[in-house]
Amino acid sequence: MADVIEVGAARGDAPPPAANAARRRGASARRTGRATPYLFLAPYLVLFGVFGLLPIILGLWLSVHQWDFQLPNRPFVGLDNYKQLFSSDSAVYGDWWQSVRATAIFTALSVPLLVVVPLGLALLLNRSFPGRTFFRAIYFAPYVLGVAVIGLLWRFLLDANLGLVNRLLGVVGLPSDTPWVTNMPWAWISLVGVTVWWTSGFNAVIYLAGLQDISPELYEAARMDGASAWQRFRNVTLPGLRPVLLFVITTTVLASANMFGQSFLITQGTPGTETRTVVWFIVEEGLRNNNAGRAAAMSIVFALLLAVVSIANFRLFRYKED
Amino acid sequence: MTTPTPTANGSGSGPRRVGLYAILVALTLVFLVPLVWMVITSLKTYTAAQEIPPSWLPNPLSGYGYEQILNNSANPVLRWFLNSMVAATLHSLLVLVTASMAAYSLARLRFRGRGVTFALIVGTLFIPPTSLIIPNFLIVDQLNWIDTLAVVVVPGAASAFGVFFLRQFFLSLPNELEEAATLDGANQWQIFYKVVLPLSKPALATLAVLSFLTNWNDFLWPIFVLFSPEKLTLPPGLGLLQGSYVTDYPVIMAGAVLASLPVLILFVLAQRHIIQGVSRSGLKG
Repeated sequence: MADVIEVGAARGDAPPPAANAARRRGASARRTGRATPYLFLAPYLVLFGVFGLLPIILGLWLSVHQWDFQLPNRPFVGLDNYKQLFSSDSAVYGDWWQSVRATAIFTALSVPLLVVVPLGLALLLNRSFPGRTFFRAIYFAPYVLGVAVIGLLWRFLLDANLGLVNRLLGVVGLPSDTPWVTNMPWAWISLVGVTVWWTSGFNAVIYLAGLQDISPELYEAARMDGASAWQRFRNVTLPGLRPVLLFVITTTVLASANMFGQSFLITQGTPGTETRTVVWFIVEEGLRNNNAGRAAAMSIVFALLLAVVSIANFRLFRYKED
Repeated sequence: MTTPTPTANGSGSGPRRVGLYAILVALTLVFLVPLVWMVITSLKTYTAAQEIPPSWLPNPLSGYGYEQILNNSANPVLRWFLNSMVAATLHSLLVLVTASMAAYSLARLRFRGRGVTFALIVGTLFIPPTSLIIPNFLIVDQLNWIDTLAVVVVPGAASAFGVFFLRQFFLSLPNELEEAATLDGANQWQIFYKVVLPLSKPALATLAVLSFLTNWNDFLWPIFVLFSPEKLTLPPGLGLLQGSYVTDYPVIMAGAVLASLPVLILFVLAQRHIIQGVSRSGLKG
């Protein structure tokens, strides 16, 4: 992602011809004050400062304090909040790593499907046929609904007794009493399945834009060389999609790792707390149990973990490119 | 829907075409049936929705679910709907105004510190917003914004996405426009307001729609910063509704339908903008 941004920035900042620049500088100096650029920026920068930058600093500061919203005393505790996350005799250790485990399982199960299924949809839609825009819209539609609607809807559809899913399975002669949201492994299958249903259209639209950027001449040339459909996919489509693929994988990993609403509403953390994710545990600890300091430390460890995963992603793809 | 018409090019001959449409229609069912089921159930009576196995059609057709959510003092769903509408509209406006001004400055004006400012803003795109929830809660608490409209309108507007998105668009506009306007005696504010913004309508519309959707659907933040029943937006409200009606599915589905309608209508009307916005974020983001 960084690469793409840099390229864009470089293109935009390319200096115009010298005469041109001088004329522009002269003109703007005459008609507008030096403060103008800063005045344009000011409203956003106030928001960005208070809700974008300040929380980063405040988060670091909180993480080295024992901070309870209800207590006046908020002593400095150094790295204690961090140490507790890594020492197996602390009270929080078990629940914290349980939530990391839940998040890792969900991410590992959902990302491959969310990378492959939408690619299939995009390939299907990347041809000219009547009704193409219509089908694209249908497949994208679930994505515009919020997680609250998705959660309520699927909690109902997956209801073991009253749900449509078991009803349909019964109609085709399959077991119709699966406890989709309360037992393992069904709970994970449900959460992953719902997420694939909900967000595949989003990734498919991104793929579709990438596919349309691949030159038709490349396919034509491959066809003339007698390449089969699979060879064309392998040697033209996939290489052409590489930057888009990297974007999709990176953003999907981040989205899956940040999962909260699905398990909060559909499985409600069950069985036990097996489907309680990191984000859920952080807000629970910080905002329900008033351990803001410890929750801030978790947030930072979590953000660093995600950064490592993202960087690994980039490395992997770079390496393949060479 | 259009009917299959075999053509020589495109996706092959007649039988292959039929196969393609068979797959497309099957997928359509997968994506649509859950949504249709939501509507069907919202029109059932409580007893009809408790039948095992459930009946396919609402018989009798009933307004029970909707009556429950419309006359309900413990769960003022209409109030939540209104709150969501106001919050998402104001949020969208705030993003449009602040992001377009900042993006204009970063894309079209030259000043000391521009590179650093932009790098700082873009840098935060790489920080997962969920990891800032705890400190952000503390900040809105200090501002006395908990349980107010501002808490669901303002903080999200700090997102770097809008600035980044509009800056990319502004960079693509030709320099000649400003030069001509400058020669005509326009200052930067006039150029921004009378030249750049009108030319950027598609990008502004896309950003407005995406911001509205994001705010309308936000769940994690409002469930922790809004408490009073009359202050809630729809997503936390729906959670409450599920809590009080448990398996009274016609009522819960009526709530879900109410929360879905505005965004589905918006999607139908602004489909092009939404899909373009998403695909552009993939190519340039």
